[in-house]
Amino acid sequence: MKVPLIKLAHARSGDKGDTANVGLIALREDLYPILVREVTAVRVKEHFKGICNGEVERFELPNLGALNFLLHESLGGGGTLSLMTDAQGKTFSTALLRMQIEIPDEEARSLLT
Amino acid sequence: MKEKIRIAAGQGFWGDLPDAPVRQVEGGPIDYLMLDYLAEVTMSIMQKQKARDPSAGYARDFVPLMRRIFPVCVERGIKVTANAGGVNVLGCAEAVREVARELGLAGKIKIGIVTGDDILDRIDDLLARGIELRNMDTDEPLSTVRDRIQSANAYLGAAPIVEGLNRGAHVVITGRATDTGLTLAPLVHEFGWAEDDWNRLAAGTIAGHIIECGAQCSGGNCQFNWQDIPDMANVGFPIAEASADGTFVITKHDGTGGRVNLPSVKEQLVYEMGDPNEYITPDCVADFTTIQLADDGPDRVRVFGIKGRPATDSLKVSISYSAGFKAVGTLVYSWPDAYAKAEAADKILRARLDRLGLRFDQILTEFVGANATHGSLTGKPSPDLAEVQLRVGVRGDDRKAIERFTKEIAPLILTGPPGVTGFAGGRPKVEEIVAYWPALIPKNEITEQVEIIEA
Repeated sequence: MKVPLIKLAHARSGDKGDTANVGLIALREDLYPILVREVTAVRVKEHFKGICNGEVERFELPNLGALNFLLHESLGGGGTLSLMTDAQGKTFSTALLRMQIEIPDEEARSLLT
Repeated sequence: MKEKIRIAAGQGFWGDLPDAPVRQVEGGPIDYLMLDYLAEVTMSIMQKQKARDPSAGYARDFVPLMRRIFPVCVERGIKVTANAGGVNVLGCAEAVREVARELGLAGKIKIGIVTGDDILDRIDDLLARGIELRNMDTDEPLSTVRDRIQSANAYLGAAPIVEGLNRGAHVVITGRATDTGLTLAPLVHEFGWAEDDWNRLAAGTIAGHIIECGAQCSGGNCQFNWQDIPDMANVGFPIAEASADGTFVITKHDGTGGRVNLPSVKEQLVYEMGDPNEYITPDCVADFTTIQLADDGPDRVRVFGIKGRPATDSLKVSISYSAGFKAVGTLVYSWPDAYAKAEAADKILRARLDRLGLRFDQILTEFVGANATHGSLTGKPSPDLAEVQLRVGVRGDDRKAIERFTKEIAPLILTGPPGVTGFAGGRPKVEEIVAYWPALIPKNEITEQVEIIEA
């Protein structure tokens, strides 16, 4: 079944120049492996199509049950150059939480009840 | 040696809640108050202020703040570390000294002054010697913007702040110092950590990272169960309660609102994170993948297990340069078909700008209420939206073109789609853009100076 990430994780995002970072944090320890398996850099790049114009890098932080994504070329030049409302990428966190991932029904039932 | 040192964060940025530092010193036991005032382009604003008035160029709010908290700080033995000095650290320190004297604290206060970060006058010399100061993001050499540079400062680490504290300073004021250094330095000073004790230096650095954005680790901007976080009106700013072994607890004063728990601390840990394996500061390289967290009771999170590695041989330099002009105009369109109207208005506006022959480096249209934050991820906007704000921004080097743009917004009210309002603010302002140029400089090019003055 399809599950939106907001059911599995919380997040915070920020900026470094024209790069947005999104830290995606599993709501529970047992949900972290699903994030590692499903929320790949390739899928995040696809999710942010038309928003992220550069590469997406992913880093794993099993100690925090978190993934960190760097979305390059995403902030209209970044900092004071950017004309965007969200020049600091602060809402990329919730934008990522919109993403739908596919989880086998049985796994979803056991983890999300 | 004290068993535990409590470092309180008083400002998450220049312009944060003005009373937060006061509440930190008055609200319960702390040993240090740390105040971060410098965002990336703050130095350029200060450089301009100093050009107009040689006595200016620092975070002016810091002086009245010290007037308010000095008596309590002296009474309770609280020391202050702050990067409030901007591009005029001495001027800032003298103003603070004057305040101390006016409060009758003469003879009781030593102020540490940390300088050596300002390299604006040395740029040509550095470039001539082959230190290119290439942009860390774009790899362009600094020479491409040489004539537009407004400020240039190396990020100093904890070491000179430690020296100021070791020499008896009650208040240490720096220019461009890292926010993490402001927290790490008191720990090095109190616990006598060695300059190559990488694990502990990394621990103090991460403590600094967690509290440097103020309440953003104690309930502010916290997505996890945000509706349940109590009494945000009275939010408590964070305190790092550190032990000599490099472990620490993140907490806040009793009786304050907000919340410190595992999710609130995790959210702050990942904020503005790059490669978590190497968080590089002047003091060490901290490894965020080694951080262990544990619940330590209500509003307490224990942090331990942190590993660090030797510092690199470079310092980051923050350079600001003038990068043209921008302006943003907005209008609000109401139901029915609010989005369609805003879209039509944008087309009309762009056709008029074209006809005027105006050229911009960038023009960006956003529809606030429909897609300004999440773009196309929100799907097709509903025709039933109550209102949509049309928001058009332009940027370029030609100030005249940007100014002409600002005159094209209001006329849309009488010459465009109906149901429009929201122009009470008048014509958009043309803003000069000061952009940020991050670079690296060899550490041996930077010599920090520490001076102590007495009130």
